Amino acid sequence: MGFDESLLFVFMLAAFLGFELIRRVSPLLHTPLMSLTNAISAISVVGAILLAGEHDAPMLSKILGFTAVLAATINLVSGFLITDRMLKMFKKRAPGGKH
Amino acid sequence: MESSIMGHVIELTYVIAAASFILSLKWMSSPGTARRGIIVGELGMLLAIVGTLMRHEVMDYSLILVAFFLGSAIGVPLAYLMPMTAVPQRTAISHAFGALAVALIGTAEYYRHTPHGFAMVALVIETLLGFLTFTASLMAFGKLQEILPTRPITYKGQNYINLSILAAAILTGLYLMFNPEQTFLYPVFAGLALTFGVLLIVPIGGADMPTVIALLNSYAGLAASAMGFALNNKMLIIAGALDGSSGFILSVIMCRAMNRSFTNVLFGAFGQVQTSAAVKGEAKNYRSASADEAAEILESSRSVIVVPGYGLAVAQAQHKLRELYDMLTKRGVDVRFAIHPVAGRMPGHMNVLLAEADIPYDKLFEMDDINSDFAQADVALVIGANDVTNPAARHDQSSPIYGMPILNTDMAHTCMVIKRSMNPGFAGIDNELYYLDKTLMLFGDAKAFVGEIVKALGASK
Repeated sequence: MGFDESLLFVFMLAAFLGFELIRRVSPLLHTPLMSLTNAISAISVVGAILLAGEHDAPMLSKILGFTAVLAATINLVSGFLITDRMLKMFKKRAPGGKH
Repeated sequence: MESSIMGHVIELTYVIAAASFILSLKWMSSPGTARRGIIVGELGMLLAIVGTLMRHEVMDYSLILVAFFLGSAIGVPLAYLMPMTAVPQRTAISHAFGALAVALIGTAEYYRHTPHGFAMVALVIETLLGFLTFTASLMAFGKLQEILPTRPITYKGQNYINLSILAAAILTGLYLMFNPEQTFLYPVFAGLALTFGVLLIVPIGGADMPTVIALLNSYAGLAASAMGFALNNKMLIIAGALDGSSGFILSVIMCRAMNRSFTNVLFGAFGQVQTSAAVKGEAKNYRSASADEAAEILESSRSVIVVPGYGLAVAQAQHKLRELYDMLTKRGVDVRFAIHPVAGRMPGHMNVLLAEADIPYDKLFEMDDINSDFAQADVALVIGANDVTNPAARHDQSSPIYGMPILNTDMAHTCMVIKRSMNPGFAGIDNELYYLDKTLMLFGDAKAFVGEIVKALGASK
């Protein structure tokens, strides 16, 4: 159980990259941005799958793993879909005529 | 042997997934490329999931598939049926789900393997953030949905109690880091973190929600990143760090837009101290006008700047506002929208509502881009916004909002404010704008009143 410093390097670089990327996002899109990052943070589904899919795991692990996969799936599905739904609404010119 | 090649393939899918998330955020920067960003983000997620399913540790697919199916069955309607006015609530509840998933994974990992050393350090951070973000987000959801009182709730010694509970949680966590086998302490640790999450949100009022939601967004990301440390998975670290910095930047932007510090937002309990300072009412004079009069003024102006606020969302007035926009534009009036960064209950909330009503986004302007144009505008039409238009923020040092950047509505030739009554707004601060000679108060529900103006405009044609 040694400590792998390269993980900290990865974190540091990703955090700085995140700052640079997000700074460039137009305030117009801050709400969709938040629901997108929400969907991306559902990447925890990876840990949840490992837990729920383990062979002969104790009951507690199974239940917690199942709940975690469920919660993360809800987030990633609804997160991506609602972000797309919002972005579809942003139009540069009003469409001709009503509706 | 086969499994080691497989291992490399899986690592490779993780690398591509991480790259996809980075591209996804990069393309999110402007409306033209944003939808492409979603597609690449979805592909990245798909790759990550498929890669994980291929891992040799994953043997039992039944539970996973049931959870995928159930999760999609809940997630799809959640995304399509959610009204745009309720997006802040949705965001809060999904932070709760995300944090719960992370906390549960950490908990299961703890009881199953009782990690030592660095992995345990990461696990403690992961579960601390996960548990406190879970309850804090549930509380935020409750306040936004108005299940819980939206006004800040404060009591004596609140900050001391909150900080001691946080300190106790951290100390228990530290102890667990060095003595992971003390399993009886884990529930205590989890309980403290959960309690702190609740208490953290109790003193937060609706006006501070944009900052708090952004902060919880950041925590949810950081928790996922910590999980990456615990599981030794670099893709998780990257995805979590991206989200963590995103939420952090958004909350900094929100704080700046209110001229307040983080500590002030979290521990300042905004909006319950002012009653003594502000109200003490000598009755001041204001002018009010009818929908017909308002329509006449709007019709004869050249340039109108609309300032929408949370009240617009509450009244669901965005579609009526679109009709007004259409009618005025048809008559050659230049109509633009000025969006304050903290308008609404989450960052960018107003933009989404107006976009939903089909108002073109090149008519939506950020505060800094439009503030100098108010002086040339004939009318500033304020709908459901209050504190962000209060000139006291510029000069009244005793005002709780002193120093907050505001929209210069008072510089327009005429200012019209649609409002239910003269009652002070959310923060309980009286707005000087309402008593200016150039200001006309339009009393009524935002949606109904805009509707009446539209009707009056239609009749005068």
